[in-house]
Amino acid sequence: MASIEVNGKSYETDEEGYLTNLGDWTEEVGKYLAQTESVEMTEAHWEVINFLRDYYNEYQIAPAVRVLTKAIGKKLGADKGTSQYLYELFPYGPAKQACKIAGLAKPTGCV
Amino acid sequence: MLHIVNKSPAERNTLDSCLRVAQEGGAILLIEDGVYAATRGNEGESQLRDALSRFKVYALAPDLEARGMFDRVMEGVTTVDYGGFVDLVAEHKNCQSWL
Amino acid sequence: MSEGTVKKFMFVNRKAPYGTVYALESLEVVLITAAFDQDVSLVFMDDGVFQLKKGQQTKGIENKNFSPTYRALDGYDIEKLYVEAEAMAARGLTEDDLLVDVTVMSRAELGKLMEEQDVVLTF
Repeated sequence: MASIEVNGKSYETDEEGYLTNLGDWTEEVGKYLAQTESVEMTEAHWEVINFLRDYYNEYQIAPAVRVLTKAIGKKLGADKGTSQYLYELFPYGPAKQACKIAGLAKPTGCV
Repeated sequence: MLHIVNKSPAERNTLDSCLRVAQEGGAILLIEDGVYAATRGNEGESQLRDALSRFKVYALAPDLEARGMFDRVMEGVTTVDYGGFVDLVAEHKNCQSWL
Repeated sequence: MSEGTVKKFMFVNRKAPYGTVYALESLEVVLITAAFDQDVSLVFMDDGVFQLKKGQQTKGIENKNFSPTYRALDGYDIEKLYVEAEAMAARGLTEDDLLVDVTVMSRAELGKLMEEQDVVLTF
């Protein structure tokens, strides 16, 4: 089992660096995971991360990119509900990077 | 003897077999999908009601809760937690898991 | 995604949740299938109707409670959920006991719908 260390505390991850336990997530852990992905977190980034965490809490899955894009458009405004917007924030893919930073597992239906 | 049944009564005939064979004074513990047999309004309700006059019937509470069926347990069925499960096994001379 | 022909896929769910892994496996396959823009419908018959029962609390059995995920299906554009009327009646359930909006159908109607499918997968 791999692990990361944030502020002297160790957290279990899988071999790709995704948190094993959703409950371990804190904003600090999120910031650390963002660093490992070379993503500089802005308010716009956090908006997506918080959206993802809310989505997971409600449905117990990480949404597929298409579903995420549509849902973000509905919640945060149509200008943000495009894959272009999400890829600008998370260049290696919202599913891969945003889910990781949000402390979620890799999304089901991510093909 | 303690009889443990873990199959849904609508999918397998495990509970039927158990009830045919079980001897007076025995106890039946319903676990996993077996707990559906202990809920009101299910097709086999009258069959289990008959069984209640001959046996002590228990159902595992965490399995009922997981399935959203805890509030539908038939009157006369005793719910137990995992500790109660262990106690039942210890109290009986022997037990049989009907798989 | 290429513009292929749209086929009618039906997933038939016949097992109660948690006792076996079928219900969860089916749900995962359904979510993946949603990515391919096919005509997907879900049927809940026999013990499968229990998958949609409200109020599931799995903390005690230390399993993941995947019942909230059925409510996400709408966002995946999976809107055709059919439930067998006879199966609900035999289990003392009514539409009010279910955690998502469904279309209740008789076995006979479900049988007809099944005939219209290109692919039927049963779990």
